[in-house]
Formats: sequence, structure tokens, C-alpha cells
Amino acid sequence: MAKLEYAPAPESRAIVDIASSYGLFIGGEFVDPDDGTPFKTVNPATEEVLADVSAAGPQDVDKAVQAARRAYNRVWSKLSGRDRGKYLFRIARIIQERSRELAVLESIDNGKPIRESRDVDVPLVAAHFFYYAGWADKLSYAGFGPDPKPHGVAGQVIPWNFPLLMLAWKIAPALAAGNTVVLKPAETTPLTALLFAEICQQADLPAGVVNIVTGAGETGRALVEHPDVDKVAFTGSTEVGRQIARSIAGTPKKVTLELGGKAANIVLDDAPIDQAVEGIVNGIFFNQGHVCCAGSRLLVQESVADELMTRLKRRLKTLRVGDPLDKNTDIGAINSAEQLARIRELSEVGEAEGAERWSPPCELPDRGFWFPPTVFTGVSQAHRIAREEIFGPVLSVLTFRTPAEAVEKANNTPYGLSAGVWTDKGSRILWMAQQLRAGVVWANTFNRFDPTSPFGGYKESGYGREGGRHGLGAYLKGAA
Amino acid sequence: MVTVLEALEGARLSEITATETSLRRFLHGLPGVDQVGAEARAAGLATRSIKTTAKQTAIDLAISMIDLTTLEGQDTPGKVRALCAKAQRPDPSDQSVPHVAAVCIYPDLVATAKNALGNSEIKVASVATAFPSGRSSLAIKQQDTRDAVAAGADEVDMVIDRGAFLAGRYGQVFDEIVAVKEAASDAHLKVILETGELATYDNVRRASWLAMLAGGDSIKTSTGKITPAATLPVTLIMLEAVRDFRDATGRQVGVKAAGGIRTTKDAIRYLVLVNETVGDDWLDPDWFRLGASSLLNDLLMQRQKTATGRYSGPDYFTLD
Amino acid sequence: MSERLAVKKTYKLYIGGAFPRSESGRSYEVTDARGRFLANAALASRKDARDAVVAARKAVAGWSGATAYNRGQVLYRVAEVMEGRHSQFVDEVAASEGVNRPRAEKLVDEAIDRWVWYAGWSDKIAQVTGSSNPVAGPYFDFSVPEPTGVVAIVAPQESSLLGLVSVLAPAVVGGNTTVVLASEARPLPAITLAEALTTSDVPGGVVNLLTGRTAEVAPWLASHMDVNAIDLTGVAGDDELARSLEIDAAENLKRVVRPPAAEPDWATEPSLNRLTAYLETKTVWHPVGI
Repeated sequence: MAKLEYAPAPESRAIVDIASSYGLFIGGEFVDPDDGTPFKTVNPATEEVLADVSAAGPQDVDKAVQAARRAYNRVWSKLSGRDRGKYLFRIARIIQERSRELAVLESIDNGKPIRESRDVDVPLVAAHFFYYAGWADKLSYAGFGPDPKPHGVAGQVIPWNFPLLMLAWKIAPALAAGNTVVLKPAETTPLTALLFAEICQQADLPAGVVNIVTGAGETGRALVEHPDVDKVAFTGSTEVGRQIARSIAGTPKKVTLELGGKAANIVLDDAPIDQAVEGIVNGIFFNQGHVCCAGSRLLVQESVADELMTRLKRRLKTLRVGDPLDKNTDIGAINSAEQLARIRELSEVGEAEGAERWSPPCELPDRGFWFPPTVFTGVSQAHRIAREEIFGPVLSVLTFRTPAEAVEKANNTPYGLSAGVWTDKGSRILWMAQQLRAGVVWANTFNRFDPTSPFGGYKESGYGREGGRHGLGAYLKGAA
Repeated sequence: MVTVLEALEGARLSEITATETSLRRFLHGLPGVDQVGAEARAAGLATRSIKTTAKQTAIDLAISMIDLTTLEGQDTPGKVRALCAKAQRPDPSDQSVPHVAAVCIYPDLVATAKNALGNSEIKVASVATAFPSGRSSLAIKQQDTRDAVAAGADEVDMVIDRGAFLAGRYGQVFDEIVAVKEAASDAHLKVILETGELATYDNVRRASWLAMLAGGDSIKTSTGKITPAATLPVTLIMLEAVRDFRDATGRQVGVKAAGGIRTTKDAIRYLVLVNETVGDDWLDPDWFRLGASSLLNDLLMQRQKTATGRYSGPDYFTLD
Repeated sequence: MSERLAVKKTYKLYIGGAFPRSESGRSYEVTDARGRFLANAALASRKDARDAVVAARKAVAGWSGATAYNRGQVLYRVAEVMEGRHSQFVDEVAASEGVNRPRAEKLVDEAIDRWVWYAGWSDKIAQVTGSSNPVAGPYFDFSVPEPTGVVAIVAPQESSLLGLVSVLAPAVVGGNTTVVLASEARPLPAITLAEALTTSDVPGGVVNLLTGRTAEVAPWLASHMDVNAIDLTGVAGDDELARSLEIDAAENLKRVVRPPAAEPDWATEPSLNRLTAYLETKTVWHPVGI
């Protein structure tokens, strides 16, 4: 028994009021679905059923798109940018007021630690709405022409890893630019989107400007393929992104895609080593590794590999895996049984391919979906665990000899979302940033996000950027 | 370039410290510290929520790690006697409160303190070496040290020559520590780095290693006479240094965070830092100290609250 | 007095800085706007397309790694060489498009001026599209445009020089290399343009030119996994082909520039969209500390 054991420090659930069932949010109200069958959403830490959620069938999606279109034609496109901005500012404020509630709900539905949803997710959500609120009346200054116009109705499909944050990344710029939206949250994480719908009501947002249709893959497909959707925005797997690109071919629909990644986190021999260890840990174990830009490949210079691994393993032993609502939890639950199965499968592949597997000792709860932080050493590019996105707390460690070799290995992938570089030498930082074929390069840091900072991928990690001026352009006609 | 992270055998060690050049090369070859990353790590650890039983344990541990301090020009024997009484009996109404680790005072009051403490376990730590500035000749610093030890000091808190350090005269700083250690004879030597004047975390790491290579038994953040004094990030760097030093040489060196630690919340954050950076081996008054004065009463107030459930007030705790 | 016998020009492909015939050995008849024989042009095969992509990929490092200043100078020189060949271009445009000489001259003038306009963007586009982003923390955060890599371009079918320049220049000025499939019926000005490119220090492989059947060659480019982006402008009017090419392109998530409903008026000053379509945005973060 350690000298200083941390007692349980649970965040109270009392602040959230989860209904037993939810309808779809269409035209400013919660309505029953026409033709979809309800499904359950579950707390992945306990497998407890949280609520019944409606699945939107094709008719429901059609109603939602029609509501968005009506709102666009009659109200939203007639409002000044200043007024659109004011609605967004209201929403941002209410998010801040209800931030604790949103954070707790996010942790319960998603499985991520309350410390993350409280300190990272929700503050960024508010910040995104604030940032884009300010753009709404300044579109002519944004560099997309003297009077850029919105697309019209945007159909948006988001993933389960940062449910509310991904919603903010989609809705804030869309509305600022003058579009109306129909958004489908992920099947396993609908609750914060539904709470957001309430916030839209509290802000008096005109009916139909935001519509939330819950459901699974079929609902998403119906939305993306709906003929009256002008703009599609998708964050999710590369495979589904590909399908979407195919399905909108030959239509006038614009699309932006933010897809998977297999980022290289590169540590050179002169790295500030203790901070590099933190960056590695943050890079792959933050959010249980459910991050598209996760630093899932550690590329360490061979001359410091042993020493880095010693420090890394020692550091991993202080990670606390457990109840997401405990304020001291570092690593929460895996989001779903399916995802857990995939992580397990790929980890077994890693062992079968000859890599050496290691996890710090940790006690995992009996119920719920859990996976310990895991490190594979002796990995090379030819291993599947170095090429395929695992989307879990699994790190593959490879070595390199020279900076050029590091760059070569880092770029040797169809993905290109992000990369990390750790070195104390200024010219080398900039050289590597230049050489790395990735949409986001974190140098001597990792997993930093900001509404002003454009985020998105090269190659099969997708196209288009979210955040910043570039993110605004995605929602304006006539911007490339 | 010598990498710190290879195990340093005895011969290697003396090679490193043999000349000014080799010492500089070694110290400048230590891994750099990224300020933003280090501060973020410290801030992350500061979000740990220490409640209920953990809080009780932490409070008692913190009390037992305090070097109860008075270092004022206006100190008198009376003041020191009152301090020593408080040190032994922090809360007269509660015998279960642990005693502090040590009292920390100026050398000319050591005899008074020794007398007042009788055969208590509490150590007498004396500052020395022209504390706090360190601006005096080596001969005077050594005499200062000898006087403190002769008067009965168990521990000596010396200051390094920051001017020499910033001017790059690492060899001089090294030699002074060695000389003071010799003058301190059997007393435990704490080496104050005065991190607020060293300014960068890189310097803090270098100064930590310098002090340990020269034989210091503990490294201490500050004199408490300037701001910033102890901070979480600076203490983090020093804890990493003692950890790496033990890995490299096998010798364990202690850490003392001093100055600016006023509340229980602060103190517990330091304990969390120790816990998650170096672990149980340092979670002990022999290896980690908090140099403070008003902190003690805040710890006592929090201790009462966790025991009774009520918020307390200053009237219930003694001032000396 | 007898008219001098002209030495007729052979029109070949342009790959990797050289002018090879199609590896298939095939050619096809190019006629003028009234159906009279003008020349035989090489009929590119899928293997030619494959070789062109290889050449384009090989040229990426050098071209994207050149300074913007250098690229701008090289491209400006292209305009100089085009100017020198002014009358040759006028002849070919007049014959290909069936326009009278004054009109052809105007088109050639605009094509050269368009090329100059794009050349000047080389060292400025980063300033207009890049940014330093004021993130809420002690980090220096900046976004810069970077070329996407190899761009396949299906050139406009009707505007054989001005339209071609308008789709090609924006791709190369940003640092990309290209594989261009010229207008099927009006390829000759494109090949003459290639001659201008090769004599103006444009490195081999930066522009590769294929002549042949759009419907035969375009799918090989659209489905090629080592092509980063594709411009479908030249497929305007053939919705089914455009759609199937876009579906092919989805396999490796190519950036796609869709065809307009019909070929536009190339005379209007362009927006920056054709430039930015082939520019990735890279965002870099670094802590600011002591």
C-alpha cells in the first residue's frame, strides 16, 4: 500500500438530468420519429443503460432537411451577420453557464475522464462558439471575396470520441457563415448533442437553424445523400470518408472530410526528455487513444531509445485507469464493446507479428469496457500495428538513426493528419516541420487545439480544415 | 558529450568534476527543460483531488515534513523558544498532531533552540554561509558553518554563490560546496539553489546536479527572502534531478521546497508532486521537507475541519 | 514562283522534360475547326499516363523545394518564351479553334498575360492564405500553404491555350507538378506550350503533357493512387464521365476540382480558388518559453 493513496474523488452525477427517452430535434422542437426504431445509449464504464434514443429514418432526415431549408430561406439567410453572431455569442455563454453539467454528461456517455471533459473538451467548445460568433459579421474581410455566401443547408456527421467538441467544430462555423444545419451525432454518444439542442432553445435560436437527428450509419447515409443538402461535413474513419466522397460524386455537394491518422511522434537525441515523455503520454493515452491525431507511432532516435523507454514505462505506472467520474482518473473507459474488440484484435496481431508487448500493472473494473495502456516495442514499418489505426491506448515504438530517416518513416503512410517533433535545436524543429507531410505539426508539444488554429489532414486523412479562417471558408460558397 | 543517463561509475564521476571544462560540458550536456511543458505537467498534477482519508494522511505527512522557520533580523531568544515550543506541540489541544521535522534558524540562535528542544526528535537546522546572499569569502562561510555545527546544529542550510554560477564559474561553486560540506562535518547539508535567481529551468537542473555531485545531502529551492521562491514546476525539476541522480549513482539526495508555501492546498500539491515523480522513497521527512512558517496553522485548521466537519478560525491556533 | 515546301511539325507527348511518342505507337488525326487535317498527334495510352505520373512524382521534391522566388522567375520566363513564339501560337489557336486572326491574337495575348499573373503569385500566395494564429496559450502557432504534390488536369476541350494556361499555371505556381491531358480535339497549342516550357528552365517532370482520348486516359489518372488531386474541368458537359471519375478519385481521397456545367469565359480574371485548390494547409505549434 503506497504512502499516499488517493481516496475516491467522485464528481457528482446529480447535476445531470438524463431523460428516459429522447426524440429528434427538428424545427426547434423535440419530436417523435416517423420511421426509425429507437436504440439505447450506454455508459461504457458500467454498461448501464442511460436512455432510449430515437433513430431517424429517411423520412425523419427528410423532415429535418426541410426544416433546415425553411429556416435558411425564411429566416437565417435574411439575418444580418451581426445578428447571427449574437445568437452564437448567446450559445457560447450558455455553454459556459452549464459547463459542469455538460462535462459530467459527456463523461457518462462517452467514458472519458471528467478531468478531461471539464478542463479540455467543454472549455474548447465554448471557445469555438465564441470565435466563430465574431466572424459572422466580418465575412467580407475573410479573404473569400467581397460578399461570400453560405452553401445553404449543411449535413454534418460527427464521431464519438469528442462528441460535443466535434459538434462545436461543425456547427459554429456553419452558422457563422450563414448556413443552417442538420447534425447527426455518433450512435454511442448522442446525449450532449441533445442537451445542446436544449441550449439552442434557451438561446431562442430560430427554429430549424439547428436540427439534431440521432441514429447510426443508416441515418448518416440518408443525411449525406439527401438531395437538398448543399454541404457535407464528416469526421470519422477513412473508409466511411471514402464512401461519402463516392456517394456525392457528380452532385453539386461540397464536402470536407476529417478522417483517420497514424501520426508519428518523433523524439530526437537532444529532446527535452522529461517533457517529451509527457508529450508521448499525452499523445497516445489522452482520451484513451481515441483521437484521430493521436501520436500512435513513437519514432525514437536509436541512441536514446533505451533511456526513453525506461522513463516512459516508469511514467506509465503513475497513470490511473478507472471511473471516468473520479477526478483523479487519467484514463477512462473504451467507448464501446466494438471498439474494445478492435483494440484487442489489433493488439493480438501486434504480438503475433513479433513485437514485444508491455502494460503497467493496473486494476480494471469488472463491468464496462476497459483496456490498459499498452506499449509495443521492436515495431517496424512492416507491422500492421505500425500502419493501421488502432484508435485505442496502444503505442507502437519504432527507432530511427537520422532526422532524414525519421521523416521518411513518418511520411511513409497513406495518412497525413498530424505529427510530433521533440528536439531542442531551432533549425531542426523548423526543418522537420517543413518536411513532415501532415496537416498539423506539434513541435515540443502535442495535442494542442484552439479555435483559431486550422486542423485537418493531408492525403487519406481527409481534406479541408476546421478552425481559423480556413475553417470558415469551408462553409462559404466560392471558397476552394 | 557525456549523457547523464548512462550509469556513472566512480571513476567517471571524478573525471566529470576534475576540471571546470569537464564540469561545464557535463552540466550543459544535461537534457534541456521545455518551460511550457514542465509547467503544464506541474499544473496537471495540481488538479489531483485529495479528499477524505487521503487528505488526512497528506495533512499529517505535511506537518511532519515542516522545517518550522524564523529567519528575521529581529529574532530573539524568546522568539526562538516560542518557535521550538510550537514545533513540539503544534496544537496544544490535540496530542495526536505529529511534531514537525525541524526548526530552521540563524546560527547564533542554535544554542537557544537546542536548549529549548531538549531531547526531542526535532532537528535543528541552521542557515549558514552568509545567508541569504552568499556574498562573502569562503573562509567566512566555512567559519559560519563550523560555528553553527559547534553550537549543536543537526543540519546546515547553505546557499550557493549565484553570482559565480551565472558567471559560469561552476568549478568555484562546486569547490565551495565541497568545502562547506567538510566544515559541516556530520551535519546534514542542504544546498540552497535560490531558484528565483537562477531564472531558467535549465539552470535549476544544472545547479541541482552540481550540488549533488559536490556531495550535498539535500537540495533546497530558496532562501525565502526573494520571490519567486518555491514553485511547483521548479520543485518538479529538482525532483526529476534527484531521481536521475540516484539512477545514475545509487545515492539518494533529499529535496526541500521553501518559501511561499502558505496553504494546505499548496502543501498537498507538493506531496502529490513527490508522490508521482519519485514515489514512496521520498515521501518521508528524511527526504522531503517544506520550509514554512504560517503553513503550519493552516494545516492544523484543515486537520480540524476533516476531523470535526466544521470550518475553524485563527483563534483556535497558537501564534508564536 | 513555287511555294516552299514546309517542314511539318511532329506532335509528340511531353514527359519528364522529353518528347517521346506514345509507347503504344498510336497516333490520331487532329483536324482544324472545319475538319481539315492539321497533324497527327500521339494517342496516349495508360502506360504513358503511368510514366507521366512517375515523372511528375520524381519532380515534386525539387519543384516544391525551390524557393517561391525561383519558381516565380522560372514561370515568368515561360511567359517570355511564349511571347517569342507569339505568331506560332496565333497560327495554331486560329486553326484549332476556327477563330479569325485578330481574335486568335487576343486569346494568345491573354494567355501570356494570364501566365504572368499567376507567376507573380508564387511568392505572395503564402502571405494571403497563411496566418499566424492567436491561440489561447504560450505557443507560436502558424499556418502555411504547401503544395499537395502531383495534380492531374483534364484541360478544357474548347479553349486550347487560354483555358489550358488557366488550369495549368495555378497548379505549378503553388509548387505542384502536373500531368495534363490536353483538349482531345485541339491539342496542338498544348504541345507548343510544352516546347516553351522546356526551353524556359522548367525542370523536367513539373509539367507532363498527354494528348489523346479524354474518356480513355482520364480514368487512369483519376484512379491512380499516387496522384494527389485532379482537375476535371475538361470533362464539362459529360456528367456521367465526371461522376465516374470523381468516384475513382475517392479511392485515395484525391482533392477534386469539379467541372463547371459548361466551359466558362476564360477572359474573366480568376479568383484564387484554382491556386488554393492544390494547396494543403499545414499548421505548426511550438511553445514559447525561456
